[in-house]
This record gives sequence, structure tokens and C-alpha cells, in this order.
Amino acid sequence: MAKRIEVSGLNVYYGDFKAVEDVSMTIEPRSVTAFIGPSGCGKSTYLRTLNRMHEVIPGARVEGKVVLDDQDLYAPGIDPVAVRRVVGMVFQRPNPFPTMSIFDNVASGLRLNGVKDRKKLAEVVEASLKGANLWNEVKDRLDKPGAGLSGGQQQRLCIARAIAVEPEVILMDEPCSALDPISTLAIEDLIEKLKDRFTVVIVTHNMQQAARVSDQTAFFNLAATGKPGRLIEMGPTKQIFSNPNEKATEDYITGRFG
Amino acid sequence: MTTTLAANRPAYDGKALDLTGKSGARAFRNTLATVLIVLCFLIALVPLLWILWTVVSKGYHLLLDANWWSQSQRGITVRRVGGGAYHAIMGTLIMSLLCALIAVPIAVMGAVYLVEYGKGTKAAKVVSFMIDILTGVPSIVAALFVYAVWITVLGFNRVGFAVSLALVLLMLPVVLRSTEEMLKLVPDELREAAYALGVPKWKTILKIVVPTAFGGIITGVMLGLARVMGETAPLLILVGYSKNINTNPFDGFMGALPTMINQDRTELALQPAADRVWAAALTLILLVLLLNILARTIARFSTIKSK
Repeated sequence: MAKRIEVSGLNVYYGDFKAVEDVSMTIEPRSVTAFIGPSGCGKSTYLRTLNRMHEVIPGARVEGKVVLDDQDLYAPGIDPVAVRRVVGMVFQRPNPFPTMSIFDNVASGLRLNGVKDRKKLAEVVEASLKGANLWNEVKDRLDKPGAGLSGGQQQRLCIARAIAVEPEVILMDEPCSALDPISTLAIEDLIEKLKDRFTVVIVTHNMQQAARVSDQTAFFNLAATGKPGRLIEMGPTKQIFSNPNEKATEDYITGRFG
Repeated sequence: MTTTLAANRPAYDGKALDLTGKSGARAFRNTLATVLIVLCFLIALVPLLWILWTVVSKGYHLLLDANWWSQSQRGITVRRVGGGAYHAIMGTLIMSLLCALIAVPIAVMGAVYLVEYGKGTKAAKVVSFMIDILTGVPSIVAALFVYAVWITVLGFNRVGFAVSLALVLLMLPVVLRSTEEMLKLVPDELREAAYALGVPKWKTILKIVVPTAFGGIITGVMLGLARVMGETAPLLILVGYSKNINTNPFDGFMGALPTMINQDRTELALQPAADRVWAAALTLILLVLLLNILARTIARFSTIKSK
């Protein structure tokens, strides 16, 4: 489990609008990679190209290569559904399925992909909820609706749901932006734990968070409004935050942005 | 910054802030608007309550008779008391449920196409436009269309099934539009959550999107059913009224509540006929109500309780 992602020459479009330009990077397995940068610089858009979620939006398309385990995700004949089974995602706002109980939410990925064995489902649900640091809080009410949990618990439920299908990579799109500091801390602890098993990529607006949880940091920026976003630099988090190569990175990190 | 803001505030002149609010004129306008809105609401209620009161008070006593629910009007002339509405209840139920059986799958799948697959395409726009036109088609036009196809071209007889076909044309746009609105209400985040688990699109729609919108879809189906159960034109044109019990929609004339009302309507001066008219009207209302409650119960049990 956990695979390396190599991106080269990636351009991302919404229709005719080029949102992200010429990104190349290597994302290491069993590590946490953080994407930081100002709003609208295309980091979420770019993140969504890593599991082909970008193309869900009408008119959206991608040029370039995303290679996972020697396979180009954008090669002809690659099924986006199969890609997403390997590269899971956690979203900005917690989005448990409202018609399902806590148990069913976690089991949904397996169930919808045809697993019916109840014993196996129960095992996976327990393991995933434990893996998401949520088991102790919900073990007595697994049959209650997932939407009845608090925001932070819902987000951990979504993480449990994502890891239940045993992906190689987990993408997180600002997973803490809708959460209070305590829930945020719970998620950060969880991310630390997840990297033992998965390759984790996280988009965040919170610089301290990037500094706390990530091993590698990539800084994205816009050349100007209306221009596509670009990868400015990427490196070990320590180096990016203490001694970045680019002036723009330093300005952003120290708050002299704009 | 704050000082300039405070200085610019018109009421600010160093005195304590007045937060009690309402000036006389604004309080008056507020009361006026409230009164107007409540008045409009009451006016809208008047015809509803009036109809309900009239129908219930004039029709209820026949409904208390067990015969009403178990017998037909066979051999009962307008001057005679007796008989029941069983033949008409069965007719209405058979024809409208047969209609729902055809219309609901088409409408729901059509709405799924419009929302999930066709968004923005030319085909979807054409379908959407056609549905708008269909919404405006009067029931008699739908009935005549089916008459032309079913009887004139295909050469079949006037039967209950022909009525069902005409009702499909009336029910389809109602259910499709409401289903479409309900599907649009399902947040995209849920679809994306399912995609991110590696669930194919069709399964996402079937297991996530439609179940999430299920309660609303059921409500739309009920609205559609309520509409077609009261339609009279297709019944008059496509199936003759029969006072006998006939449960076969593919053979022979069939009774139905609207045509039963129509049958006795001409003899309202005669008490037995008038009683039957009101009782049949009340039965129709109760039938719609009953189906409504039934569907809501189904909808409630099919979704997980939120507490």
C-alpha cells in the first residue's frame, strides 16, 4: 500500500480557461504532502486532478501526465472509477450520506462495490472507525444517522469512509476549514497516523497546519488575477518554512502577501 | 477606523444609543403587512374549507353504510336509494394505479436524465421544452389524442387501459418536474463523495442520489396521482360508465368516481341521486388523502430516522 505519484507538465482547464499551468512534482509514498497558497491559485483544482475528480465538472479537462505506480492516470483506457478506488478523497465540508447510519456510511464504499459479507463489513467498519479515531465515540450508536454527529465527528466519519475502501492515496481538500480548533487537532493527529499506511495529500489555508502535519510542502501562486495558477516551489516542509528559495514563498509564509 | 465609523453614523451625537427600534411609522407598516398577509391566508382558506364542509356534510351519511364500500350501482336507477360505489372506487384505483405504474418510472428516469446526464445538452433542452408543453396540455386533448391512436388507428375498444394511457400524459410532466427539482436539491458533494469511493455514476444515482431525494419524489408522485384521479374528460371519452363491477382494464366499460358523479349530476333534484353525488365526491377526496398518508408512511420508513 501507499504509492508514489509523479506529475509532469500538467495543465488544467475549465473549458477554455486555464486554471493551473505546467505543474510537475513527485509525491512521496507514506508521507504527508501539503499544498498551500492563496485562494483561487488552483491548489484544490490541481488536487482534484490526482483522482480524476476534476472531470466531473462539465467542460473540465487536463493535459499532461499523472503517473501512479507506473501507470498514467490520464492514459486512454484508464477508468476514472478504478482510479478513484485507489485514490480516495476527503472534502472541505463533511459530507456523510444523509440517508445512511454511521455504520452504513463507513460500509458504503465496500457495499456499493459489491461486498455483502456482513462479518467482513463489520470488521472493516470497526477497523476504519478506529483508524479514524472515532470508534470510541460512536461504537454504541452505529445505527444512528451519520448526519447527527458533530462537524468534527462527521469529518472523521468521512475519513473512516475513505479509508474503509483501502486506497493507496488519500486526498484531503481543506479538511479542517469547517471545524473548530479541537476537532482540527483531532484530524491532524489522525493525519499523522494515516501516513503510516497511506500517501496523504492535503490542501490547507492554515500555514501552521501545513507546518505541523506535512513532510513536504508545495506552494502555489497566481502570476496575476485571471492568469493560471503555478507551482512556485516544493520542498521539505522545514526548508519551505525556514529558508524558501523563492521570494514569493517567503512573502506568503510570513504574511507579506499581496 | 472605528472612530470614523462611529462619527459617520447619523444617529451618533454622543448620547446613549437608542436600540428600542420601532418608530411609529415603521411599526404601523409592520402591523399592516402582517394583517394583510394573514387576511390573504384566510381568504385562500375560505373556498377550501367551504368545499370540504359542503362535501362532508352532504356526503358523509352514505359513507357510513357498509353497502357503499361493497356494492355497485347495478340495477339502481336515479330515483332509487341504495347500492354503493365499490365499482367506481375500484375503477378509479385500477386506472390511476395502472397509469402510475407506467408514468412514474418514465418520469423518474427522465428526471434523472435531465439532472444527471443531459445537463446543458441540446437533447435535454428539447426534452425539457416538451415537458413544459405537456404540462399545459388540457386533459381533453390528451384524451382525444389517445382516442385517435388507441381507437381510430389501432382499432381497439374503449377500455380502462386507454384512460390510463391518457392519464399518463397528464401525470408524466407533474412527476417529472417535481422529481427533477428534488434531484437538483441533492448536494453535489454527496455525488462527489460517492465518486471518490470509486462508485460508478449509475450506482451513485441509484443508491445515493435517488434515496436522498426519495421523500420528495414520493410527494411528487402523490401530487400527480391526486391530479389524475379527479380527471373526468379521459373517462368520458375513452371508457363508458358502467354501473357494474368491472376489474378488467382491458375489457368493457368501467365505473369511476368522477363519472359516477357525472352520471347522477343531471338528476340533482332527486334526493337519492344528489346523495350519491356528494358521497362519491367525498369518497374521491378520502381516497386521495388515504394514498397520501400511505405514501408518506412509506417515505418515512424508507429513510433513516434523524433522531
